[in-house]
Amino acid sequence: MYLRSGDRPGSSPRLALRTAVLGGVAVALFAVLFFRLWDLQVLSGSQYLAEANNNRTREYKVIAPRGDILDRDGNVLVDNRTSLALQLSTQKLPADPAEQRAELAALGKLAHMSLHKVRRTIEEQEEVAAGAPVTLRKDVGYDLIYYLEENQRQFPGVTVQRVFVRAYPDGSRAAHVVGSVGEVDGEELKEARYKGLEPGDEVGKEGVEYTYDRYLRGEPGLTKIQVNALGQPTPGGQLVSQPPTPGDNLKLTIDPAVQAAGESAMASRGLPGGFITMNVDNGEILGLGSFPTFDPAVRARPMTQAQVNALYRDPVLAPLTDRATEGLYPTGSIFKIITAMAALEGGVITPSTTIVDNGELRVGDQGFHNAGEASYGALTLVPALQVSSDVFFYDLGLKMWNTGQLQQWAHKMGIGRPTGLDLPGSVEGLLPTKKWRDDLAAEGLAEGRPWSAGDNIQLATGQGDLQTNPLQMALAYATLGNGGKVVTPHVGLEVEDPAGRVLKEFQAPIRREFHIDPGSRSTILEGLHEAAQVAPGTAAGVFGGFPIPVAGKTGTAERPGHADQSWFAVLAPYPDPRIVTIVTMEEGGFGAESAAPAALQILEAYFHKQATEVSAAGGAE
Amino acid sequence: MYASRTRQAAPEPFAVRLGIGERLGLAHMDWPLALAAVALVAFSVFTLGQATSHDVPGSPHYYLDRQAIYGLLGVVGMLALSRIDYSRFRELRVGIYTFLCASVSLVFVFGFAARGSRRSFELPFFSFQPSELGKLLLVLALAGFVIDGARRGSARQRTVRYLCLGLAPAALVFLQPDLGTSMVFVVATLAVMYFGGVPWTHFAVIGAALVTMVVLVLVAAPKLGVPVLHGYQEERLTSFLHPEEHAAGAGYQQNQSVVAIGSGQKTGRGDRATQTRLDFVPERHTDFIFAVIGERYGFMGAAFVLSLYALLLWRALRIVTLSKNSYGTLVAGGIAVSLLFQVFVNVGMNLGIMPITGIPLPLMSYGGSSVLATFLAVGVLQSINIQAQLSQRGRFAW
Repeated sequence: MYLRSGDRPGSSPRLALRTAVLGGVAVALFAVLFFRLWDLQVLSGSQYLAEANNNRTREYKVIAPRGDILDRDGNVLVDNRTSLALQLSTQKLPADPAEQRAELAALGKLAHMSLHKVRRTIEEQEEVAAGAPVTLRKDVGYDLIYYLEENQRQFPGVTVQRVFVRAYPDGSRAAHVVGSVGEVDGEELKEARYKGLEPGDEVGKEGVEYTYDRYLRGEPGLTKIQVNALGQPTPGGQLVSQPPTPGDNLKLTIDPAVQAAGESAMASRGLPGGFITMNVDNGEILGLGSFPTFDPAVRARPMTQAQVNALYRDPVLAPLTDRATEGLYPTGSIFKIITAMAALEGGVITPSTTIVDNGELRVGDQGFHNAGEASYGALTLVPALQVSSDVFFYDLGLKMWNTGQLQQWAHKMGIGRPTGLDLPGSVEGLLPTKKWRDDLAAEGLAEGRPWSAGDNIQLATGQGDLQTNPLQMALAYATLGNGGKVVTPHVGLEVEDPAGRVLKEFQAPIRREFHIDPGSRSTILEGLHEAAQVAPGTAAGVFGGFPIPVAGKTGTAERPGHADQSWFAVLAPYPDPRIVTIVTMEEGGFGAESAAPAALQILEAYFHKQATEVSAAGGAE
Repeated sequence: MYASRTRQAAPEPFAVRLGIGERLGLAHMDWPLALAAVALVAFSVFTLGQATSHDVPGSPHYYLDRQAIYGLLGVVGMLALSRIDYSRFRELRVGIYTFLCASVSLVFVFGFAARGSRRSFELPFFSFQPSELGKLLLVLALAGFVIDGARRGSARQRTVRYLCLGLAPAALVFLQPDLGTSMVFVVATLAVMYFGGVPWTHFAVIGAALVTMVVLVLVAAPKLGVPVLHGYQEERLTSFLHPEEHAAGAGYQQNQSVVAIGSGQKTGRGDRATQTRLDFVPERHTDFIFAVIGERYGFMGAAFVLSLYALLLWRALRIVTLSKNSYGTLVAGGIAVSLLFQVFVNVGMNLGIMPITGIPLPLMSYGGSSVLATFLAVGVLQSINIQAQLSQRGRFAW
């Protein structure tokens, strides 16, 4: 028997052994606990402390409002309004797929989104920022917010966030210039200019919103709070609070009077087209617009399919296209100043050289006619510009067809090349040259036809393969007007802080400068002045009664498949112009028919404002 | 027993007049054991006072007050029990065993359901969990059965009999369901058998059977579609093996507990503790109170608490060897092993090296049943010690 009742078993060697074994086990178990404790607290304590601190803090980004965009007089073109966005934290959704589906479907119904769209929105945003709250819809109404608050239990994970949305107090005013904002996308995040941004941040996408994004954007603030295990803020748990830095305001060179006049002139005729008014000496753009235009506010909210179609899917009206800087057109006769400049400077003609215009120029078996079968007889340059004799310029084109002079001058004056405009999307255009056509011909393209005299004859009158736009023509006219300085066209004037203090003035240096003989310049300007205001000038019927002397040129461009396109280019005042205005209207007919009256409206607005400012200044003295 | 009085030749002169300490039995108390137990419960009260002051709105001292009262009642109970000759429990073994089985069964009928399991009776000031006291009762009764049956049947028959006697109440507790306490019952049963002299070979067989059972329950049964454990139980038991996989589920609590303890570093974070203050660690006043100590008081505090348990266990094992009779040895051994098991499993669970089984930390975890039962067990140890001292000196308390 190994144990007898009543024994004093302390002496039993069996018990001593068993107690010793148990004691050994106890020592071993305590050693395990002590070592583990030492490991956790002493050896890796700092790592766990960091983990604990990370556990208890939540960082919330406080969105910074973007800066306002102002016109040159300080009127607001774009500012912000606060709006409510519907957000969803996907981690807090019910784990059960059926319940989750039910919640998403109910939420989609409230937000007018299909279940499919809700899921797709979540997927898209999780792809760029897993774990961050998903913004389902911006700009939700208060009725929806109240409903969600009252029924919070049914919608776990749903929150409402106050966000800033761009607001446009003047509707579509300067819509193409101000541009738009949107969430930064995955590709953009890789670019240096968006360094430090996170998915979901808003950046400029078009217009000056894009170009001057870094000034407008501001710095988001950061609120760090202490939370408990459920993610609820704990009392007194605000750890750091760094307020957001609002973006700076951007002042544009846009003159409200000129811009408004240009837009209403375009709208009143209802033809697609564009206009630009620019200071000839420093490149400040006073007015820039395109028709048809759009209300940028529409794009700041969710759009209906009809709105999407109208904005993005209409290839004919294409309202988002800025025809003044992105259009590609032949210009018709307003190009003739470049032909005249090339001929005078190249010694092809002098101001007194006479060319007989008998209504037609024949080259081989091809005949080039004046518009309307007119013939003007013997002409020098000034009357040729005044009546816009095509034959005169055909002749110049023929004389220079193989010299490259015409292309050289057009290139110098800014045709068919980047302009340096501070807006995204402007195009280079096309200045047809001998080399260009010969290269195409070698490849068997463009009818496989090498450069011919006919090509240069067409170009001399702004026809043929030429593709340019009001912006480039404004640059060419400005260069003529200021005597050889190619300016940098720009809309950004200065950056101001919210109190209106100027932080930065944008420098727009002269891009190129070349010599123009003053005699050549004054001869061409004289021709333009007579064309605009002296009978039988082509625009005398429009500008004849305008009190300010101006130098202007009509253009009527033939576009295959379209009715004639109306152009007008004007430098004012004559003979020492300060501004240039170019207007074009697709299918607007003769230059004097639609573009010139629109340009007149713009000049009236400009000079009216100048006069009132001068008299206001005078009255104050 | 009374026979031994005749062996006494003459009382030693200095013991003729018994001092008050002597008469209360205090003189023969194992003071280190008593002090370790009181220090642990005092530290528990102190920790609860600091860590749970915001837990019950409007009464910052809710847990502190109650735990202090349980501690005081426990000390009184310990002193009272130490004055009783534990050998009487051997005679009462059948009654004790019947009471044990009845009380853990009655929970099924009158029990108060908390979180899907019925473990306790709701009393006016107190919810009483019979299985806590059951740990002590099982040891007292089973030790009696072992001594009593020491001469009946073969060794194998005896082993089977003890196992059946121990596993019956363990099964009842398991069905409440309370996996942790039923495991303590099993361990206490094995401990009593161990000190009762069950051969090593039998333990080898029992060990093999246990391993087979664990494999069956955790691996084979779920595959056959016959789940024995509740899903959460199984997940808790296995998640500690790969906590990263369960970072959001069952492993979450354990991971948070490990982070809490680690973040305490050497000296603790005091009131700047966040893991156990901001609810990242659940059940901070009961099963995870060791994490609170680890985070608030650092290695110094946690090691101090572990040292107190080491002291307690050393004294308990010492009493095992001192006992004047086999019954005392078996009882002391059963109590010592079940305390060791509870401490190791609970602290191990807090430290992320043992599965979460819902075993409280004796004397530290908030809870009247556990604190009282543990103090009563310490009281029985004291009684064994006192009786041993007295018998060595040839005297009886009564």
